Amino acid sequence: MNSSNSLIPRNFTKVLIICLVLLGICVLASLVLGSRLVRIPELIDGLFHPDVDSYGASVVRKRISRTVFSLFCGAALGVSGALMQAVTRNPLADPSILGVNTGASLFVVCGIAFLNISTANQYIWLALAGAAITAVFVFGIGSMGRGGATPIKLILAGAATSAALSSLVTAIMIPRSYVMDQFRFWQVGSVGSATWSGIATFIPFLVIGVLTAILTAPALNALALGDEVAAGQGVRTGTLRLVAALAGVLLCGATTALAGPIGFIGLLSTHVIRLILGPDLRFVIPMSAISGAIILTISDVCGRLIGSPGELEVGVVTAFIGAPILILLAIKSKVRSL
Amino acid sequence: MNNQSIQFIVTGRRQRRRRWILVTGILAILAVGLCCAMLLLGNTIYPVKDVIRALTGEQLKGVSFAVNTIRLPRMLAGLFAGFAFGVAGYTFQTMLRNPLANPNVLGITSGSSAAAVFCIIILHTSGAVVSVASVIAGLATVIVIYLLSRGTSFSIGRLILVGIGMQAMLDALISYLLLVSAEQDVPAAIRWLSGSLNGSQMHQLPPLVITVLVLAPVVILLGRHLDILELGEQSASSLGVATDKTRIVFILGSVFMIAMATATTGPIAFVSFLSGPIAKRLAGVGFSNVIPAGLVGVNLVLAADLIGQFAFEYRFPVGIITGLLGAPYLIFLLIQMNRKGEL
Repeated sequence: MNSSNSLIPRNFTKVLIICLVLLGICVLASLVLGSRLVRIPELIDGLFHPDVDSYGASVVRKRISRTVFSLFCGAALGVSGALMQAVTRNPLADPSILGVNTGASLFVVCGIAFLNISTANQYIWLALAGAAITAVFVFGIGSMGRGGATPIKLILAGAATSAALSSLVTAIMIPRSYVMDQFRFWQVGSVGSATWSGIATFIPFLVIGVLTAILTAPALNALALGDEVAAGQGVRTGTLRLVAALAGVLLCGATTALAGPIGFIGLLSTHVIRLILGPDLRFVIPMSAISGAIILTISDVCGRLIGSPGELEVGVVTAFIGAPILILLAIKSKVRSL
Repeated sequence: MNNQSIQFIVTGRRQRRRRWILVTGILAILAVGLCCAMLLLGNTIYPVKDVIRALTGEQLKGVSFAVNTIRLPRMLAGLFAGFAFGVAGYTFQTMLRNPLANPNVLGITSGSSAAAVFCIIILHTSGAVVSVASVIAGLATVIVIYLLSRGTSFSIGRLILVGIGMQAMLDALISYLLLVSAEQDVPAAIRWLSGSLNGSQMHQLPPLVITVLVLAPVVILLGRHLDILELGEQSASSLGVATDKTRIVFILGSVFMIAMATATTGPIAFVSFLSGPIAKRLAGVGFSNVIPAGLVGVNLVLAADLIGQFAFEYRFPVGIITGLLGAPYLIFLLIQMNRKGEL
C-alpha cells in the first residue's frame, strides 16, 4: 500500500482548488439567491450580527440551515454513489436507480400509516432499514445467473423492485388521506424543510459513512481489479463488500429519511470526477463528496430561481439533470457491456 | 417416411389449433361472465330480470340509475381498456422479443400519465383534451426513446435503459405536478394515476371504444406478421414481411390504444405486462396470441376491479390490485431470465 501513495493524479491540486472555489460560490449563491434577493449588507448582518433583526437578515439565517443541509446531503449522496459503483463494479449504480430510495419510502409510509410517526429521528431508522433490505434484495436478484451483476441486470432488478414497492406504497396510502398529504411532500426530495435538529441527527451518519468510505478506498481500488487480484493482495473481499455497501446504504438511507428521495446525485458527481481524475477511489471518494455537495446545492438554487415565487423541489431538478446523463451513458456505452 | 413426417406436422398443428381455440373460447366465456358480474354486483344486488329490463331501456326506479349510469360504463371501460392494454403489451413484447420491453418499462405510460395529470391539475380540463394530449405525449415518448436508442446498432438493453431514464424524468414531473396542485385535487390525481374504473362515465368512452374497434382488428389481422417479426429482422424480410412498415403500424396502433386506455382509466399497472406471457403460457405457441392476450387483459382488469370493490373494507382502485398481483410476477420473471442467462 505504501507505493500507491506516490500516484497522485497530475491535476489533483488544480481540480481540488477549482472545486473548493465552486463550493464557495454555491454556498454564497444559496444564501443570497431565492425568491427574495438578499443584499450584501443584509447578508453580513445575517451572518455576523445576531442582534440585527431586519427581514433580510432573518432570511439569511433561515437559508443557513438549508445550505448546510444541502451540502451534507450532497456529500452523502456523492460518496454513497461512489461506494455503490465500486462495490457492484458497475458504472450505473446509484441509490435511486437501484430502487433503494423506494425501499426507504415504503418503510417511511408504513411508519406514517401504522406507527403514527412524524419526526425525523423516527423516520431515519425506518428509512435505513428499508434502504438496507431493498439493497440486499436488488443486489441478490441482479447478481443471479451467469456473469454476476452486470449493469443491465442490476438496473432491471432495481426498476422492477421499485415498481413492486411503489404499488405497495400506493396501496397503503390510498385509503388514508392524511398519509397521502404528509407523504407527497416527503416523496419529492427537498432540502427546504431543513432544521438544525435534523442536521444534528444526520451528522453522525455522515461522519461514520464518509470515514468508512475513505478507510476502505485503498482496498476498493484492489477490488476494481477483480476478486482474485484483490484476494491475492490480502483483501477480504466479502467483508470489504459488506462494510462498503453498508456505508453506502447508511449514507443514502439517512439522506432519504431526512430529505426524501433525491436521485442521480451519486451517478452525476462520481462520473464527473472520474472523468477528470481517473478511477483511483482514494481521490474519487472525497472529491465525489465535494462535487455532490456542489451539484445538490446548485440544483437547489436553480429550483428556487425557476420556481420563484415558490420553489421547484430539488428532487425534481436533479431528475431532470441526471436522467439525460443516464441516457447519455446508456447510448455511449458499448452494447456488449450492457 | 415423407408422408409420415407430413402427417406428424399436420397432427401437431391440429393439436395446437385445438388448444388455441379451446383456450380462447374459455377466456372469452370467462370475460363474458365477468362482464355480467360487473353489471349484477354492487351495493344492492338486483334480480337478473330487472337488470336486463333496465339495460333494454325500461325505466325502473333505482335499478336504471345503478345499472345504466354506474355499472355499465364501468364495465365497458374495463372491457375496452383491458383489451387495449393486453393487445398493445403483447405487441411490444413480441416485436422487441423481450417480455420486459413493455409500455410500462419503456416509459410510454409515464409519458401519457404526465400529460394527463398536467391537463387535469393545471388546465382543469377533461374528456377529449386529456385523450388527445396523452396520445400525443405517448407517441412523442416512443419516438424520443427510439431515436435516442438507435445508435449504430439497435439493442434492447439500450432501449430499456433509455426508457428507464425517460421514466425517471417523467415521474419527477408527475410528482412535481402533484405537489403544486391544491390539496383537494390530490386524491383524485393519485387515484387516477394508480388506474381506476371509478367514476367512468358513458360520454367519456367513445374515443377509447372507437380506437379499439378500429385498431384491434388491424393488429389481429397482422398478427401473423408479428409472429414472423419475432424470428428476427433477417428471417422476417426473407419471408416477405416489410419489416419497417409493419413495425411502424404495430407501434402506432399499440401506442394509440395504450394512450387512449390510459387517458380513460389511468395507467392500470402491469396489465400490459402480464397479459402477453400469461396468454402465451395458456394458449401455447404456433398461432397468433393477439386475441388471447387481449382477452387475458380483459379478464385481469375486470377480475381485479371486482376484487378491489368487494374483497376489502376499503374500495381499492383496480390498478392497486393489478399492481400487487403483477409486481411479484415481474420479479419472478426477472429471476427466471437471470437464471437462464437471457439478459
